[in-house]
Amino acid sequence: MALFWEVTVSLLKGFGTTCSIFGLTLVLALPLGLLISFGTMSKFRPIKAVFKTFVWIIRGVPLMLQLFVVFYVPGFVFGMPIASRFVATIIAFVINYACYFSEIYRAGIEAIPVGQTEAGEVLGMTKWQIFRKVIFMQVVKRIIPPMGNEIITLVKDTALARVIAVTEIIWRAEQFTSRALIWPLFYTAVFYLAFVGALTLLFGRAEKKLGYYKV
Amino acid sequence: MSFLTVKNINKSFGNTEVLRGIDFSLEKGEVVSIIGSSGSGKTTLLRCLNFLEIADVGEITVDGETVFKAERGQVFSDKELRDKRSRFGLVFQSFNLFPQYTALDNLTLAPRLRLDERAKREKMSAAQKREETAKIRARADELLEQVGLTEKAGFYPCQLSGGQQQRVAIARALMLSPDILCFDEPTSALDPELTGEVLRVIRSLKDSERTMIIVTHEMEFARHVSDKVIFMADGVIEEAGTPEEVFGNPQSEKTKAFLAHDK
Ligand SMILES: Nc1ncnc2c1ncn2[C@@H]1O[C@H](COP(=O)(O)OP(=O)(O)OP(=O)(O)O)[C@@H](O)[C@H]1O
Ligand SMILES: [Mg+2]
Repeated sequence: MALFWEVTVSLLKGFGTTCSIFGLTLVLALPLGLLISFGTMSKFRPIKAVFKTFVWIIRGVPLMLQLFVVFYVPGFVFGMPIASRFVATIIAFVINYACYFSEIYRAGIEAIPVGQTEAGEVLGMTKWQIFRKVIFMQVVKRIIPPMGNEIITLVKDTALARVIAVTEIIWRAEQFTSRALIWPLFYTAVFYLAFVGALTLLFGRAEKKLGYYKV
Repeated sequence: MSFLTVKNINKSFGNTEVLRGIDFSLEKGEVVSIIGSSGSGKTTLLRCLNFLEIADVGEITVDGETVFKAERGQVFSDKELRDKRSRFGLVFQSFNLFPQYTALDNLTLAPRLRLDERAKREKMSAAQKREETAKIRARADELLEQVGLTEKAGFYPCQLSGGQQQRVAIARALMLSPDILCFDEPTSALDPELTGEVLRVIRSLKDSERTMIIVTHEMEFARHVSDKVIFMADGVIEEAGTPEEVFGNPQSEKTKAFLAHDK
C-alpha cells in the first residue's frame, strides 16, 4: 500500500508537469494559430507562401524531432543554450500545435459564406468588426469538433517531452522500471483517461451551448 | 440634376465584360425595377452601386455629390468604402442574416458598433450613450413592426421562415436609413407561397423619401410597384421606360423575346 501511494504521488507530480505543458501550449498556441491562419490566407502572395511553407515544414516533421531541434540547436549552433528543458518543450509544442490549429481555423473561416462578410460591409461595418462580431463566433461553432480532436491529441503528445528528459508522467513511471516495477507505466493510463474524459464532457457542453443557432 | 446618376459603368472580370456602359438616373423617391435574363449583369450592377465590386469605368453621383469616379488602378481604403457605401443599402437574395444573433440584434448590431465609434470619438457620457442606444432599440422595434415581425424579435434566423428572414433583412437594411435601397431578387430564394408577404413589405416601403432599385423576376410586381423599368441584356440597358411602355409596348426585339418567354 505504501508503495502504491509512493507511485501515485510521484505520478501526480509528473501529471502536474503534463498538465502544465498541456495548458501552456493551449493558451499560447490557440491565438498564435489564428495569426498563422491569417498569414496562410493573406492576399499578398509572398506572405502567404512563407506561412504555407512554414506550416508544411512543421506539420511534415515529427514533433519529436522538433523537440530535439529546439532543445539542442540554440546551444550547439548559436552557443546560446536554451534556459530549460521545460521551456524548450513549450516552444516546440506551441509552434507545432499553432500550425495544426491554424489549418483548423483556416478551414473554419473559409467555410463561412462570403455573404456574411458582404452583409456586414453593406451595413458599414469595418473589416475588423465583421471578423470579431460576425465571423468569429460562427468559426468557433464550426471548429469545436476538430479542435476537440486536436486538443485530445495534445494531451497524449505531451508524453513526447520525455525524450528530452522533461519529468512528465511517463518519465516518472519509467523511473520505477529500474526497481522492476512495470505497473506504474500502465497506471498512467488512468490519469490520461480521466483527463480526456473531462475534456470530452467539456467539448460536448460547449457544442450544446452553441446549439441555439445554425451556421 | 437627378438624385441618383449612374454614368457609363463598365465592369469586367478577367476577359468577360459583364457591364458595358450602364447609364441611368433616378429622382428621389422613385422605384425602378431591373429585369433581364440570367447573366445579363443585374447583380453585378447592384454590387457596383454598393461597392462590393469596384467598377472599372464610370461615375456615380448622389444628390449632387460624386460618390464614385473610376480611375485606373485605384484602391480604396476600408474607411473610404464605408463612406461611399453609407448612401446605399442592399438586400440580398440569400438574406445573409447573422445566424448567431436574434432578429432584433441583427438590426441593432451595425448601428450599435457605429455608436461605439462615435461615443469614443465624441467622448460621450455614459448617460448620453445609453440614450442613443435606446434610440437604436426604438428604431429597431419600429422597423420590426413595419415588417410585421414584432413577436419574432427574439427569434434566431434558423427559427424563422424564409419570408420572415427576408423581412428581417429588409428591416436591417433600413436601420441605417440609406438614401437608396437595392434589392437583388429578394424573393427568388423563397417558396412561392412566401413571396407575397415579402413583396407586400417592399411595396409598403414606397414613399417620397426612399429611392429603390429592385432586381426581380416578378413581372407583375415590377409592373405595379415601379415608376421605371429597366431591361438589361448582355451588360447593357436594352430598354428603359415606364412600366406601361416596357411591358405594354416594348420596342426592342430582345425585350419582346424576354417578356414573351416569361409569360
Ligand atoms: N466574381 C465574378 N467573377 C467572374 N465572373 C463573374 C463574377 N461575378 C459575375 N460574373 C459573371 O458576370 C455575368 C453576370 O453575372 P450577374 O450575376 O451580374 O448576372 P445576373 O443578371 O444577376 O444573373 P441572374 O439573373 O442569374 O442573377 C455572368 O456571366 C457571371 O458569370
Ligand atoms: Mg443575379
